[in-house]
Amino acid sequence: MNTVDQFQTPITPTWCPGCGNFGIWGALKGALSSLQIASHNVALVYGVGCHGNMRDWMHVYGVEGLHGRALPLAQGMKLVNSKLTVIAITGDGDCLGEGGNHFIHAARRNTNITVIVHNNQVYGLTTGQASPTAQKGLETKSTPTGVVDEPTNPVTLALSVGGTFAARGFAGDIAYLTELMKCAINHTGFSVVDVLQPCVTFNKAYSYEWYQKHIYKMEGDGSKTRAEALVKSLEWGEKIPLGVFYEEKRGKEIIGAEKSQKTFDYTTLLPQFR
Amino acid sequence: MKNDVTWKIGGSAGFGIMSSGIMLSKAYSRAGYFVSAQNEYPSLIRGGHNVITVRIAVNEFYSLTKHVDILVALNKETVELHKNELTDGSIVLFDPKDFEWKASDFTSKVILLPLSFSAIASSFGGDLIVKNTIALGATVALLGKDMTMLEGVIRDQFQKKGEAVIEENIKLAKAGYDGIKNGERVPDACVLEESKRKDPYVVMNVSESVGFGALSGGMTFAAIYPMTPINALITFFTDNAKDSGITYIQPEDEIAGINMAIGASLSGAPSMVATSGGGFALMVEGVSLAGILEVPLVIDLGMRPGPATGMPTSTEQGELQFVIHAGHGEFPRIVLAPGDATEAFRLTQQAFILAERYQTTVFILTDKYLNEGLWSVPESVFLEKLTRAGQNIVSIGPSFKRYDLTGENGVSPRSIPGTVGGEYIANSYEHDEVGYTTEESAKRKAMVDKRAKKMTAIVESAPLPSVYGDADSDVTFVSFGSTKGPILEAIKTLKEKNISSKLIHFSWVYPLPEEKVKDMLSREKRLISVEGNSTGQLASLLKEVSGVEIKEKLLKYDGRQVYPEEIVDFVTK
Repeated sequence: MNTVDQFQTPITPTWCPGCGNFGIWGALKGALSSLQIASHNVALVYGVGCHGNMRDWMHVYGVEGLHGRALPLAQGMKLVNSKLTVIAITGDGDCLGEGGNHFIHAARRNTNITVIVHNNQVYGLTTGQASPTAQKGLETKSTPTGVVDEPTNPVTLALSVGGTFAARGFAGDIAYLTELMKCAINHTGFSVVDVLQPCVTFNKAYSYEWYQKHIYKMEGDGSKTRAEALVKSLEWGEKIPLGVFYEEKRGKEIIGAEKSQKTFDYTTLLPQFR
Repeated sequence: MKNDVTWKIGGSAGFGIMSSGIMLSKAYSRAGYFVSAQNEYPSLIRGGHNVITVRIAVNEFYSLTKHVDILVALNKETVELHKNELTDGSIVLFDPKDFEWKASDFTSKVILLPLSFSAIASSFGGDLIVKNTIALGATVALLGKDMTMLEGVIRDQFQKKGEAVIEENIKLAKAGYDGIKNGERVPDACVLEESKRKDPYVVMNVSESVGFGALSGGMTFAAIYPMTPINALITFFTDNAKDSGITYIQPEDEIAGINMAIGASLSGAPSMVATSGGGFALMVEGVSLAGILEVPLVIDLGMRPGPATGMPTSTEQGELQFVIHAGHGEFPRIVLAPGDATEAFRLTQQAFILAERYQTTVFILTDKYLNEGLWSVPESVFLEKLTRAGQNIVSIGPSFKRYDLTGENGVSPRSIPGTVGGEYIANSYEHDEVGYTTEESAKRKAMVDKRAKKMTAIVESAPLPSVYGDADSDVTFVSFGSTKGPILEAIKTLKEKNISSKLIHFSWVYPLPEEKVKDMLSREKRLISVEGNSTGQLASLLKEVSGVEIKEKLLKYDGRQVYPEEIVDFVTK
């Protein structure tokens, strides 16, 4: 039995008390053990941000890369070892700001990895500047009079460039988030889970209470067309949908599928050069 | 009779100038001659002026020379741009329809040889794109060889286009051949002596020999964003990915490329990237990541003139100091700079072994001149039995610690994801032996020292530079990378002028053993650094390492390779 205990490390988490990261962490451990994936077959690739601190309290093959570059690292790991369960643990600034280009192309490529976006609208580790997902009007250290830019939406973005699985969960609903993560991990191809995550220290506007009032679970998960899912993904404000927006099973052309590593005699190529 | 001929063909881009050079090189290599070719072209797909120069010789040689024996002009511009490279007795093959060249248009006593390329092309349907094939036939006639030597290469070149195209091209070449043979005057100025070489050689560019080196070194993953001058390496990998089982991926940018390669390396695959200076600038943070994670990584950097976009299709050796210092923080690295295609094969193979042995980044510094030039390489080079990387991942014991501090030379055991009990954190933060983040003073210092120990071991194992030429010499050249060939040629010429010279060539260029290098350099009478940059980057490095100041520097930074003639002039001026 691969229980959540397999992920135990001697390090005590340093996230702020009440941080949404605790919920995401719990859901991830629950999803992996529920799927009976052993710690040595898991590679968690973290970006740099509050989310990335998880690396010290997860006993797996952990990789803390550079800010914004978790996705290319994760793809490289998966491309040469398809048996690994490779999950990129990223922040909103990390994944959609610094690493936005990688997000687009990983989705296009449909590499068989899962991306968890810790979406709290702020850069927590640098003490609270606005991230690319910050909603208009949000007052942060870098936007004292409120955010003026349009927010990015990881679900819409992934679906608009060919992502084959996109879901949204809430860090305050661990049971539901666990189920969404299981679906994402089981999906063959690029899967993204956008996790609405309260930052109790730097984002007072989007609190647990605020989200509880606005979120709802969609019915008939994953049965929509891409166009319908895209429209649905734009719903935000009074009501915010959670669940699987879209899942497409392609079953072929998945990068990171089985690849044979044969011994190759390169001298057979010499005649081309005579 | 000549034993050494330099041939140059020029025309508009899109007229098969490059492929005619490749076909000529291969034809003469198959016939037992030594060949080398170099193209010059602007950064355009169509339009602009293209030339390719091919040197064909009975005996082995190391670079092209500046003078041209046969100039094939497929337009007027070719003669205008290159007539200064002609010497007395050089042949100019041109189409009178382009321009009626007269002897008075040239400063040397050249042999003007009109050939109606356009008229021949018209008789075959009028498509002027075939002029290069006509020129090939004419060239074979001028070199005094039989037409049949071209048939094989034409057949290979046009194989995919079908038998009709092959036959058509053979006829076109024959028409060019007959055009010379049946002319009023067949000049014998450039008739080649019979070849002597019997052992088989291949003709390839250095991107391809790097590719062979990578395969022989055990590489299984490459992520390469296209960039001149390393694109031929992408083609080599994509052409052969299926059979060889390697994974090649085109990343969205160089940042993704290096991070993918680091990820693949963490998963146990010997991995590489290739780029030029601008792309490498984007990779620099990744180099630092590889440094702290201690992953094996090979970077092929094909140098070209900067800053920024610079001259994308020209050559330079301007990135030596850049790669030595690239990346924030302090961590070990190795820089190799092959001087020719054979060295490029061996050093690339070696790069994968070194990267794995020291869990570090190894650079292969190439340049446009090497990467897009064609070179003769003996096939025996590729038959050498070599070690492959990726074979010696250690087994994991119960007390496994990925960043164990007690390992020999600062090198710790690696585990590969999927291995039971091998879990660890590859952590870009400073970390302890398991990989847990630490900011503790003693641990930080211990980890910096551990990484530095690898550098000490690397320096101790560093091979000394190769020495060519006269042991006791009046002149001693110092070089890294591609200037090796032109210097070796210059040494031959200087010998004829009774000037003894030698070359100290650094194909292992960083890090260097201080005392040994000082010993070597301080013994020499007259040191001259020959480099393809404007600041003398190798000379600066050698001064820093050994204290020896090289006062004389031949620096070339106009986007072209240095020529043997220029080196001889520098010595004798």
